Formats: sequence, C-alpha cells, structure tokens
Amino acid sequence: MDPGEFDAAGWDERGVLPVEVREAVARAGWLGTDIPVDHGGKGHSQRELGELCAEIGAVCGSVRALLTVQGMVSAAIARWGTAAQRAAWLPALATGDRLAGFAATETGAGTELSAVDTRFERDGGVLTVTGGKRWITFGQEATVFLVLGKLEGKLTTVLVEADRAGVTTEPVRGQLGLRAAMIAHVGFDGVRVPAENLLAPPGFGLSQVVTTALDHGRFTVAWGCAGMAAACVDDAAGHTARRRQGGVPLAAHELVRSMLARMAVDATAARQLCVAAADARDAKEPGAIAATVMAKYAAARAAASASQDAVQLLGSAGCAPDSRAGRFFRDAKVMQIIEGSDQVSELHIADHLLRRYRTGESA
Amino acid sequence: MQTEVPAEDVRAQLLEFVTSLVSTELGPDEDYFAQGLISSLVALELVTFVEHRFGLTVDVADLDLDNFRTVNRLTGFVLAKTAG
Repeated sequence: MDPGEFDAAGWDERGVLPVEVREAVARAGWLGTDIPVDHGGKGHSQRELGELCAEIGAVCGSVRALLTVQGMVSAAIARWGTAAQRAAWLPALATGDRLAGFAATETGAGTELSAVDTRFERDGGVLTVTGGKRWITFGQEATVFLVLGKLEGKLTTVLVEADRAGVTTEPVRGQLGLRAAMIAHVGFDGVRVPAENLLAPPGFGLSQVVTTALDHGRFTVAWGCAGMAAACVDDAAGHTARRRQGGVPLAAHELVRSMLARMAVDATAARQLCVAAADARDAKEPGAIAATVMAKYAAARAAASASQDAVQLLGSAGCAPDSRAGRFFRDAKVMQIIEGSDQVSELHIADHLLRRYRTGESA
Repeated sequence: MQTEVPAEDVRAQLLEFVTSLVSTELGPDEDYFAQGLISSLVALELVTFVEHRFGLTVDVADLDLDNFRTVNRLTGFVLAKTAG
C-alpha cells in the first residue's frame, strides 16, 4: 500500500475514511506494526513504527490517527494485560479484525483525566459501565473501546465491545482537523461486560494502562507531526522555487528564504527528537517517557509553524480545498492539543529538567 | 541469569532515583505517593526505571501500590523479583 496514492483531501472533505481504505491499511499489516510477533503483529521496533507514522503522516493525518489509536490500545493490553487478555485481544487488533477506540476524555475531564465520572460497578461476574465519552478517534467505527472510569472510587480501565447493548455513538462532523478520523462521542448506558474485560486492577497514579496508552499515542503523533512538517517544507520549497513574481522565483526573495530556512531547521530538529525518543524506547530506558513528551511537543509545534508558513508562501494555492498545507494547518492545531497540550508538555519537560537541580547536584 | 545485587545497593540506587524524581529528600519509609509527589507519568517512569536498572519485568500482577509506595517497599519488591 502506497500512501502516495491516498485521496487524503477527498476523505477530509467527505469526513470519511472509506472502509476499503481501512481494510487495505489492515492488510498491509500497519495496525500490528509493533505488536509482538507471538501475538500476531510484526514485532517491529519503535524506530520502524515511527518512520511508518512519519511517512503516512506526511500524506494523511487521519490514517496516521488510525494507527495511533490502534497502537495505544494494543500497547496498553500488551503491557498490562494478563496472558489470557493478550491472547484474546492482540491478534485481532494486529490484523485489524478489531478496531480500537480509546475512551478517556469526558465533558468534565480533558487534561485532568482523573476527574472522569464514568462508573464501573461489579455485579457478580459482570461489570456494568455507565458514562459518556467525548472526541473518540474512529469512535464511529471502533469495535472495542478501552474505557477509563472508576471502580469503587478508584481509576481503572475496562474493554467494552461496541456491539454490546447500551453502547451508543454520535458522529462528530466538521471539527477543525482530522476530519476523516471518524470521531464520535460515545455513550455507555449500563453496559454489561464480563469481569475479565477489566484491564489491570485499580493501580496507582492515574492508571498505568492509560498512561501507557497515552505515552504510545504521543510517540506516534510525534512522528506523524514530523512527517507533516517535512511535507510542508517540501510544498513550500517546491512552490517558491517554481512560482515567479516580478521576473524571479519567489525563492529568490530573501524574506522567503528566511522562512524556508526556519521551516527546514524546525522540521529537521523535530525529526531528530523523534529519533532520540525512538532509540530510548527501543532501549527501554526510563528516560524514554520524557524524551517522547519532548519529541511530541517539538514536532507538533514544528508542524503547526511549518503549515502556517507553507500556507502563507503558497498563497491562494495554500487556501484551496485540496491543499495539503491548508489541511495540515488545521490538523496541526489539533496535534498541539491532543495527547498532552503544548502547555502541559512544557510543565512536564521543565519538571524533568529541574530534577537535577532540585537534588543539589549542580551546587 | 540475574546477578544477585546486595540489598543495600538496591536500596541506595532506588533512593537516589526516587529522590531525583521528587523535589525533596526522602527517607526510606516515606510514602511519596501518599504525599502526592508522583504524577501518573512519573509513576510509569519509576516502573520503567526499576525494570531497566534491575533487569526485571513488572507485570500486571505486580501493579500493587504497596510494592512501590516507599523506597524500602520497592527494595523488597526488587529483591523478591530478582531472587526468582
């Protein structure tokens, strides 16, 4: 499957990722890229996963988002599922026989996910799930949701199949970006699932399951953004080298060259931070989590600034309905919000930086 | 085959790392979770550190706050996992 053949602008305009495209993505094995081989995936490295997300992200943020959400839920199950849960869920996620939704955000719980109101209640061997989730990527098509809620007052997660009684989906259309990501608000009205769908007991902190999923999501978003930024550099450089004004190419103007230089540096730097994060993850270093936050922050900002500059340099062509730069201008703003907003990322990055100084090592 | 690490070495390494995670000096029996010093992201980093430094795997059955809440409890957890 060649991302170069994607009709990304058409999918964005229609607000749909066609089912045959999702099936082709699944057949290509992309959904199981880093799922272990013994669970039906390809077992590829984080670096390989990242490179794939950059390649796809340079063409279509919504297809990249499909890999992201499937990867988040798969990573959470691979990391914190029991042997039985891994065997039950991962092969179907790797092949795309099941599509996953990550159901954490609520009306009253965004960045502060610990504020979720969704309730899990035990009833013998059954768990009852009640709550409403917002902005679920591919929520219109997911066949299983990883749901964050509270069991006996403690945060935990439950896998809820979409075809169970009491699950409702409300499609979201016309949102700022990722318009083909088939986003939905999802309701759970007393949905009954077997107790073995509980993924990890109530743990500590927010929930190791959710934190693991978001960490994985941050990583694939980062690489997707690096791909977006690089694509914007390509579009801007190509246009300004060809387009003539006053007898010379636009790129002959020093102000244009200055913009191109800044775009190229930001995009390249962001990509290098993604490489550093991938290397740390492949080495399973504890610093990988912070490196991933930094990569995502830098890459989302690079995608936002490069897309803004690309639209500016492309002029009316950048504002056209089928403009990649214009679409990425909308998508990149979403990237600065999801999986940890720029501001929350800054807090974490600074906190990580200040550790060395707090302990007096620098004194 | 895991090389046996003396308990005091484990405790010292954990104390150094956990102290670096939080903004204050810690005693080995101080509950840094109860004090609200550990965010969810830092908790995952602590788990990853323990795995990486001591060559063990924290699996879902180990996800008990009692294994992680103080340096002494964490030391006991690491020693029990590496003894196997």
